[in-house]
Amino acid sequence: MKKYIYTEKKDTRSGFGAGMAELGKLNPNVVALCADLVASLKLDAFIKENPGRFVQCGIAEANMIGVAAGLAVSGYIPFATTFANFGSGRVYDQIRQSVAYSGTNVKIAVSHAGLTLGEDGATHQILEDLAMMRAMPEMTVINPCDYNQTKAATIALAEHVGPAYLRFGRPVVPVFTDAHQKFEIGKAWMVNEGKDVSIIATGHLVWEAILAGELLEKEGIDAEIINIHTIKPLDEEAILKSAAKTKCVVTAEEHQLNGGLGDAVCQLLSRNAPTPVEMIGVNNSFGESGTPAQLMEKYGLNAASIVEKVMKVMSRK
Amino acid sequence: MQIQNLKEIASQVRRDIVRMVHACQSGHPGGSLGCADLVTALYFKEMMIDESRGKDGFLQFSRAGVGEDQFFLSNGHISPLFYSVLARRGYFAVSELATFRKINSRLQGHPATHEHLPGIRIASGSLGQGLSVAAGVAYAKKLKKDTTTVFVLMGDGEQQEGQIWEAAQFAPHYKLDNLVAIVDWNNQQIDGPTEKVMNNRDIKAKYEAFGWATIDLHDGNDLQQVTDALAKARLLEGKGKPIVILMKSEMGFGVDFMMHTHKWHGTAPNDEQLAKALEQLPETLGDY
Repeated sequence: MKKYIYTEKKDTRSGFGAGMAELGKLNPNVVALCADLVASLKLDAFIKENPGRFVQCGIAEANMIGVAAGLAVSGYIPFATTFANFGSGRVYDQIRQSVAYSGTNVKIAVSHAGLTLGEDGATHQILEDLAMMRAMPEMTVINPCDYNQTKAATIALAEHVGPAYLRFGRPVVPVFTDAHQKFEIGKAWMVNEGKDVSIIATGHLVWEAILAGELLEKEGIDAEIINIHTIKPLDEEAILKSAAKTKCVVTAEEHQLNGGLGDAVCQLLSRNAPTPVEMIGVNNSFGESGTPAQLMEKYGLNAASIVEKVMKVMSRK
Repeated sequence: MQIQNLKEIASQVRRDIVRMVHACQSGHPGGSLGCADLVTALYFKEMMIDESRGKDGFLQFSRAGVGEDQFFLSNGHISPLFYSVLARRGYFAVSELATFRKINSRLQGHPATHEHLPGIRIASGSLGQGLSVAAGVAYAKKLKKDTTTVFVLMGDGEQQEGQIWEAAQFAPHYKLDNLVAIVDWNNQQIDGPTEKVMNNRDIKAKYEAFGWATIDLHDGNDLQQVTDALAKARLLEGKGKPIVILMKSEMGFGVDFMMHTHKWHGTAPNDEQLAKALEQLPETLGDY
């Protein structure tokens, strides 16, 4: 098992803020929009340096998406930002018509996704957004794993032409990827090569997969770990290759089991190379209030649960 | 362009509308006919557009439209009108109007950008989104110091959508005085008269309360009044407020049996009705 260490924990949303600050210097066409959540989205640095390229939209997300589409029609690269809950379900129709179907180059960048939002509870803990955005034609869907990768993804998205959904979170999580990485949209990252089981994870569950891999190593199990930061387009080649080698798969995500990464992997495998799969995710329930750590444990989104599913899926080979 | 010329073009546009809807037996003639004068006046008189033509002889179209006045249609269901005016103005072949709503056409039931039909900058049809997009374009023009104007047409039933009022709040906040919205106040929607379906009450007072400059257009089917209202809007540009024209129009205007009712909102005429409609609309530029 390859060694991964982290020296600090940081929130992925700060990675987005740092990426935007960088884009403020790099790309004069990048414009940021926000719906009254500037501090939450870590946009302060971008706004300070580029006040003319920030559009405060107030608590009016539908209009924000439309304004972003208008800016994109005019050649700008707008990043429309809010909480994941309000940047997906609340404005699904606006994204569908004015962004995806219109082919406007709008980046929807959303924070506070998933259970790890914590104490605010289920009203704000969107767990269905990846499913919605995956289902939408022509939408690129990105869910990076740590601060550095979120920053790299933000910068990469400004170069990518087309609608995209970039999802990140509030809590601090280990920073373990390279600070100067090249982010390739749609290209999976092989975290660890192994032969016994494929653990395919996304977002901060990638770190939990690494921890699970270390636990499994002690049991003599050699896990292959793949970071799928781009849910769509899915790196089908990497997944099929890994499944062909290990013959069993565990998926892990902070999302509903319905419609997320696990579903995408199952669809791919069942059509190409039927393989036993076990899935980590929230199973058809809403979240609740609690600390992020408590919620991760209660809903089984951690290394221990991944190990459990690995044992189960290996017995199904 | 003289009013008489505009009238002639509008008459041909109306012929196109009823023929298009008849040919595919689907679409929305009522609102299309009601707004025909306004959209004709915009494209044939008021808007400054790039007049250069490509090798194919058609007007060159750039989606970003820098240095051009731009029109956005929010109530996308009146697409027959939009397509007819675009074709008659020279963006694509008039003969293509015959493909409206048919398989493999660039003229989708509601305007779409996917088919790359020149003249279409955004998809519309799901109501309430056009004003936001137009505000975004107006904002972009300010950023680029492009002094041209953004026009957007909405329905009055559409004013029931909440997003309209988000955008109505946004545009004055950013002093988008390069934005001219037109509300087609025909007082009809699919289920009946607007005040019965969901009373809009005083749309003008609402826009004024939100910080817009308003212009009354008492008869949106009188081309002199339409061009006067657009000229008035020009005078209000650059004065710190977005502008809205409240246009009273008659749904189905130009075809007697389609007027004064909501029944032709989304109904296609049969052969006999088509003949009756065409009798009332002089052919001026040649049918396709």
